[in-house]
Amino acid sequence: MTGLSTATARPAPTPATGASRPPAGRGPSVPRRVRTWLTTHVAMITALTVLLYLFVPVAYTFAFSFNDYRKSNIVWNGAAGPTLKHWRDPCGAPGVCDALVVSLQVGAIATVVATVLGTMLAFALVRHRFPGRGVSNVLVFIPMATPEIVLGASLLTIFVQGFSRFGLRLGFWTIVIAHIMFCISFVVVTVKARLQSLDPRLEEAAQDLYAGPGGTFWRVTFPLVLPGIVSAALLAFSLSFDDFIITNFVSGDETTFPKFVYVSYLRGIPAQANVIGFSMFVIAVLLVVAGQLVGNARKR
Amino acid sequence: MTALAHTAGAGTHAGGPAPGQGRRRGGIAAYLLLLPGALWLVLFFLLPLIQLFAVSLQSGFPGYPGYYYRDVNAGNYLTAITQFAGHFGRSLLYAGLATFFAFVLAYPLAYAMAFKAGRWRNVMMIAVIAPFFTSFILRTIAWRQILADEGPVARVLNTLHLLPGGRITETWVAVVAGLTYNFLPFMVLPIYASLERADPKVIEAGGDLYANGFTTFRTVTLPVSLPGVIAGTLLTFIPAAGDYVNAELLGSDRSTKMVGNVIESQFFRVLGGFPVAAALSFTLMALILAMVFVYVRRFGTEELL
Repeated sequence: MTGLSTATARPAPTPATGASRPPAGRGPSVPRRVRTWLTTHVAMITALTVLLYLFVPVAYTFAFSFNDYRKSNIVWNGAAGPTLKHWRDPCGAPGVCDALVVSLQVGAIATVVATVLGTMLAFALVRHRFPGRGVSNVLVFIPMATPEIVLGASLLTIFVQGFSRFGLRLGFWTIVIAHIMFCISFVVVTVKARLQSLDPRLEEAAQDLYAGPGGTFWRVTFPLVLPGIVSAALLAFSLSFDDFIITNFVSGDETTFPKFVYVSYLRGIPAQANVIGFSMFVIAVLLVVAGQLVGNARKR
Repeated sequence: MTALAHTAGAGTHAGGPAPGQGRRRGGIAAYLLLLPGALWLVLFFLLPLIQLFAVSLQSGFPGYPGYYYRDVNAGNYLTAITQFAGHFGRSLLYAGLATFFAFVLAYPLAYAMAFKAGRWRNVMMIAVIAPFFTSFILRTIAWRQILADEGPVARVLNTLHLLPGGRITETWVAVVAGLTYNFLPFMVLPIYASLERADPKVIEAGGDLYANGFTTFRTVTLPVSLPGVIAGTLLTFIPAAGDYVNAELLGSDRSTKMVGNVIESQFFRVLGGFPVAAALSFTLMALILAMVFVYVRRFGTEELL
């Protein structure tokens, strides 16, 4: 904390380059220079350490995808050395790819539905004034402030005691319903932020140039909001794909990827799960980086 | 990319009417846009909560475990509070500790991203979010393995005689560490979002006015980022208090269980456990909402909603 505060004293306007405030007159003494270096860089050093900490289990997951283990993938088998066999056969462990497919399907459906519903909600809340707007805002906000376990428990009780009357059984579709529910709020918040940051003059200009309401929307508003909608969809998919607690409550016999991992941890998760988990990480990072590059290219 | 930053930051300014934006009055269009999403939330969020409340008052059918009848049995709440008070205490305590540690780790990171990173800012942003994409269950199990008795960390600490109990996993330390780790990005992103919006000149001026670095931090930087800090603490504390995965995977069988663990086992492993589990869930929610309310009142951001 003290290091942080000393760093705060000098918010270099041109960051990342060390030299701030060249002392007037004589050159600084060596200890003084060391201190200056430390105070300007301490925030960055701490930051990089924290980042490193975030990556420790990812590195572990990656490393143990090469473990040539006998019974369970818990202890590194030094005698056999690293192996590529799990990477060659990522579906080799029973059930792992079935679970992955379920997760991808649930994620795809939940993302599409939640993105559409959430975007509509965001437009209604930002662009319109109507009775009930305040209540709707609260209705969107509260699910995000509710612990997942309460969401899962409440859904379980209504699926088992209420909706089962309509023939709804715990399984694939109850997972989809639940995921859409908790993704909507996050989509609304993301799209709303984008909508609120739009310059209203752009739309006014379109209307001044005789664009009808439909033309203004599809030619001007929608393209401007699209990045927000895309981010919202990505967020929804990652939330859905990674969800365990709610899924565990409403899934019945259906198994998603996180549930598969959780259920099999006592026996030691198969290395194929490490392969899939790490691959998802790589794919996501590549997608994000590609998105950034496209965004940068557009700006130029 | 910006999605998470937006999401995280949005909690701080969402809903506040942005001035000068073209707005339409009511009309059918608004309700048509609103209806499907709102209906979904009513059907699958509000109604289930009401049902959960109803269940929390049900009584078990004597002689038929697993069957319930409608009732106003407040005894479930009494059971929930008296029998599992320790679990509630641990949940709030662990979540509070994890929130504190996450704040201590997140602030320098967010600060460095906002003011020191320059063109590396986006790279660091990706690095904060990236671990998210490896399933959090996988990462928590990885921690379990890393911190295990035969694992590298415990062995080194034991050799140095720095580990009083001789082990890390199966202790509350591991549970709090796991919670801190899992929710750290939720703390980083909103703080970063609020610092990034801040005018660096304001903080610079603070540096010119107060010679002392700590004073600058306390009187200028921290207040500027306060909306982000509040959003971050809520985004960390709420899920942490309801979590049971960390306590299950990193904690011990008895002494470190949290409310989430009890709710989960009452639903799935205790026959006839539904009403008490529902009462536990409701009590947890009420506790969290009350604490959030007091907290938000104290630090005064009504823009949160």
